[in-house]
Formats: sequence, structure tokens, C-alpha cells
Amino acid sequence: MKKLLTALLFAPAVALAAGAAVHLDKAPDVQNDKAALQSGARTFVNYCLNCHGASFVRYNRLTELGLTEHQVKENLMFTADKIGETMRVAARPEEQKVWFGAAPPDLSLVARARASADGSGADWLYTYLRSFYVDEKRPTGWNNTLFANVGMPHVLWQLQGQQVLNKEHKLELAVPGALSPAEYDKVVGDLVGFMVWLAEPDAGFRKRVGFGVLAFLVVLFGFAYAMKKQFWKDIK
Amino acid sequence: MASNTNFEKYKSDGTLQGNLLEWFDARFPATSMWRGHLSEYYAPKNFNFWYFFGSLAMLVLVIQILTGIFLVMHYKPDASLNANGIPVAFASVEYIMRDVPWGWLIRYMHSTGASAFFVVVYLHMFRGMLYGSYRQPRELVWIFGTLIFLCLMAEAFMGYLLPWGQMSFWGAQVIVNLFSAIPLIGEPLSIWIRGDFVVGDATLNRFFAFHVIAVPLVLLGLVAAHILALHEVGSNNPDGVEIKKRKDVHGNPLDGIPFHPYYSVKDIVGVVVFLMVFSIIVFFAPEGGGYFLEYNNFLPADPLKTPAHIAPVWYFTPYYSLLRAMVWPLFGIDAKFWGVVAMGAGVVILAFLPWLDRSPVKSIRYRGPIFKTLLTLFVISFFLLGFLGTQPPSYAFFGVIPSAPVAQVLSAYYFLYFLTMPWWSRIDKYKPEPDRVTM
Repeated sequence: MKKLLTALLFAPAVALAAGAAVHLDKAPDVQNDKAALQSGARTFVNYCLNCHGASFVRYNRLTELGLTEHQVKENLMFTADKIGETMRVAARPEEQKVWFGAAPPDLSLVARARASADGSGADWLYTYLRSFYVDEKRPTGWNNTLFANVGMPHVLWQLQGQQVLNKEHKLELAVPGALSPAEYDKVVGDLVGFMVWLAEPDAGFRKRVGFGVLAFLVVLFGFAYAMKKQFWKDIK
Repeated sequence: MASNTNFEKYKSDGTLQGNLLEWFDARFPATSMWRGHLSEYYAPKNFNFWYFFGSLAMLVLVIQILTGIFLVMHYKPDASLNANGIPVAFASVEYIMRDVPWGWLIRYMHSTGASAFFVVVYLHMFRGMLYGSYRQPRELVWIFGTLIFLCLMAEAFMGYLLPWGQMSFWGAQVIVNLFSAIPLIGEPLSIWIRGDFVVGDATLNRFFAFHVIAVPLVLLGLVAAHILALHEVGSNNPDGVEIKKRKDVHGNPLDGIPFHPYYSVKDIVGVVVFLMVFSIIVFFAPEGGGYFLEYNNFLPADPLKTPAHIAPVWYFTPYYSLLRAMVWPLFGIDAKFWGVVAMGAGVVILAFLPWLDRSPVKSIRYRGPIFKTLLTLFVISFFLLGFLGTQPPSYAFFGVIPSAPVAQVLSAYYFLYFLTMPWWSRIDKYKPEPDRVTM
């Protein structure tokens, strides 16, 4: 037990120390695809939210993905009573610390925090969730090629199936899951898209405002420049 | 034209409005300030691109103060953990980003404003170096300016702790720890600064107090002094010749034009262009590729988890490189101490520029090849030092050339540029200055 806790505790440190340049697969951009984001939300609530919170996000924000409050309440809201509450984890952080050695991190911002010079946070998550393999030496039975000795088990294994490392240290699907590889990639892509949305739900609105502001500034520049020309025409 | 000139008081034209103005002006220097600093402050007519950055620095200061006021309305300087196990300070920033109406805009303007401040101030300082704006009689303008730069660094450093992310926490930890290297008083001094043995709630609260009250007050005072001193001696210009030497029959400089309306309308154009660039970052790339908002700072501060690589924000990196370049424990004192000395000296040495430069002309337009070459090298080395400051010390160019000795050579050049200036600025070739400014 002690060994397990130690392993879990130092897992991130080991991963960081090993962090040389890594190849990340490009995550699909689904920010304008409401259906994909809804499917991502479903996967997130069913698989992630049991252990991880998204404690900065209120359930009623999910209506921005094209859902009604009723739909959110019926299908996605398992850890709260009121639609204005945040997406808290079912378990309490103190309890999780006892169970896992460390509380699983809050996922509200993970898509932003995981960005690096290697790629976007979405690319990292997309690669990470597709890089689990069976490893009997690990306490959970799972390891990850992107995040070596990760503390998290492969929660989506029933969907993906079981990957193993072959002789060339490449991932290989040994036992197929409920989904084909292409279907699984789509599920993960949608999930990652949802997490990108989760990290900054106002990002789309921010860009739309930006176009308006820039259009205004272009017009203002015309007037400002004309005014300057007018005032300065006699200065030689 | 200087600020202390006594202008005639306002005379009423008999209307109610006129009477009120006369009453007011008899009791307050409204007319004289308006005329002395704006409508009859004569500025050289040949200002170019580089002269936008002073007024832009003022604009960014206003943006930072206004957005800062609104951030303080919702931000909580509290390092304790909330019910979800997340530090309250960190959570309050995300609350601003998600739940406060337009909070994301206010916060991004403030975080982008911090970087924008350093961009415009660095360009503003470089303008001074190009055209010799620090030379007699503007030494005090320049000294107030370096003090502003120093204040700005303190303001940015303490403000960066407030979001209480991983980089906030560990950046502050590293920098405050540096003070512990000072002989004898170092250890108690660093505890005194933190208010604790590690960066903690006490540190967060005092940095908050300094960031929102103490430093801004000093900063505003220094900006006022900077501008008053400037208006006393008058602005330099790209030719580096004194426009006050040639005056018309009214005693106004022949090559001067009233700041208002000429430069007020010109600066508005600069402001609009600046706001375009600023908006592109705020609305489309607020993280600035990880340079304006570091990715690691989206993780809440965790005193038990040291990040693999702790890098300061880009605007500190040239000076951070100077700090890291000192690896020798001279006189039996920890190398860390000499690093702090080098970093401090790197800023302080700027204040001596007016006396280090012995050239007979001010502007680069009439200076010789030695100045042009050495200044170009200075700019290149400053950029390289900045780049290396973002990288771990183990970084190697093209994977083969180790960066540590390169940073040491560049650091040495930074100081040698200034320290040998009295010599090379005298032996350089010069072109004769014109009598009047050129457009």
C-alpha cells in the first residue's frame, strides 16, 4: 500500500523529469460543432466527473452548448441539486487523498494548463487519452506512453479496448473494445473539445467581440488619421 | 513655455459660465496648467515613430489602474483552500474569468497590459538611447524614468503572485530566496519579506497591499515628476538639437509647435494603432503563446510540487539572465548574492547614462560607426539575454553550443557597453549637427 502511494505521489514528478520533446497528435477542432461538444459533455460527466471536479464551471453554462436546462438536469447533472451549482466531484478531496495518495486535479483549466511548446493543451489531452497500455507492473494495471507511470487508470478502456507495447515500443491494440479505433478517436476528440470549451467558455464570445472592436478601431483610425492630416497640413 | 510661467488669469466675458471660470481660475492654476503643459508647451515639430511610446505608456498606466480597480472588486488575496481544495485567490481569478460579467475582458486587459507596459517602456527607453534624450539638460527626466522602470518591475513582480498559480508561487519563492544570499542579514531579511518561512498567505496579502496601493502611489508620483521635469527643460528630438536656441519674436521656439492640438491629434492616431495591436492580443491570443500568461500558471499554487522549469515572465528575462550569469562565489559570498548584485546593477547603471556618454552630439543621426555598431550589438545581446532567460540553464543552441557561457559573455557585454562608454563615445567620429531640426 505504501509503495502504491509513493508511486502515485511521485508520478507527476517523474513524468516532468522525463519531459523531453514529445510528439503530440493534433486534436480535432470541434469548437463550432455543438453536437460534438454535447457528446464530449456526456463522456465527461459519465467518465471524468466521478473522480475529477470542474469546480469553476456551473451546470447552467452547459446550456451554451445548445441544451435546455431541463436536458442538462436530466442527463448531465449528477453531482448537484441546482442548475446554478458548480460541477463538483462526487467524492471529497480529503477522501480522495486517502484513496489515491493525491487528489485528482480539477479539470476546469486542464486544457490550458497542459499547453506547452510541444503543442496545445488539447493536443496533449488527445494524445494522452489514446496512449494508455496494459502494464502489470503498475498498481492500477495501466501505464501511459505520454505520461509515464501515471496515477490514473485507463477509465475509457471498455470503449478503446486494451493496448499493449509491442517489441518496437509502439502501442498496439491487443483486445478490441466496444468501439472501433476510429470511433474511439472521435469520442476522445469530442471529449477533448469539451474540455477546451470548459477551460474558457467565453472564448468564442471573446473572439466575436474582438472582430467588432477591431472593426470599430479601423473606422476610428480613418477619422483620427484624417484629423491629424488636417491639423498638420501647415507644418513644414 | 515651462510649467512655472505665469500666464494671465482668465477674464470673464460677463456670462455666468465666464464668471464661474474666472472665479475658479483665480483660485486654481487651471489656465496656466492648460497653457503651460498643453496648448503652449512647445514640442519639436520633427517627432517620429519613436515618440509615440511616452504617451502610450501613460495610456497603459491608465488601463492598468482602471482595470485593476475592477479586478480588486472581485479578487480575494487568500491562500487558504476552498471546499473544492483550490486556493481561494486562484479560484477568485477564475470567478472573475467566468462569472463576473465582462470579467474576462477586464482580466485579459490587465494581464496583457502588464506585458504591453514593458513593450512600450522598453521602446521608450530605447528612443532615449537612440537620440541621447538623457543628455544635459534632461538628466533628471532620465533618472525619474529609470526609477519608474524600477517601480514597474516591483509592481509587475508583486502583481504576478496574486493569481496564485504555480508560476506565481514558485517565481516569488525563487526571487525572494535570492535575498537570503546576502551575508549576515540575508536569512532574516527573506523571512521578513515573506512574513513566513515559505511564500504563503502573509506574502500574498502584503504583495497585494504593495501592488494595489503602495507601488502605484509611488509610480504616479514619479510619472508626475518625470513629466514636470520634461516640461521644464523641453523635449529632445530625433536631431538632438535644442529648439530653444532659435526663437521667434514672441519668444517661442522656431522649430516648436504647441503640444495641443498638434501632438494630441497625432498621439490619438498612435493610440488607435496601439489599441488595434492590443485588441488583437486581448481578444485573439490573450495567452501570448505562453509568454503573457504562462501555461503553468493555470495550475493552482502547490507548495509541494516544484515545476521542472521556473521561468520569469518575458519582461524580466534579460535581467534574470544577468542574475544567472554570476556563478562564482567571490570573496567567500554565495554566487547567488552576486547574481542579485548583477541584476540590480543592470538596472541602476541606466541611471548613470547621462554621465557615461561623452559624445559631443546627442542623436544617432550625427554619431559615428563605433556607437552604431556597439548599440546594435547591445540590442542583439539584450534580446539574446531575454531569450536565454526563458530557457533552462542547460539549454544549448542547435543542441550543441552550451548557452551558459554565451549568457556570461553577453552579460559582460551588457555592463562593458556602459562602463567603457566614456572612452569610446569620445573617440568616435561625428557629423556636424544642423542648426535647425530636419523633418
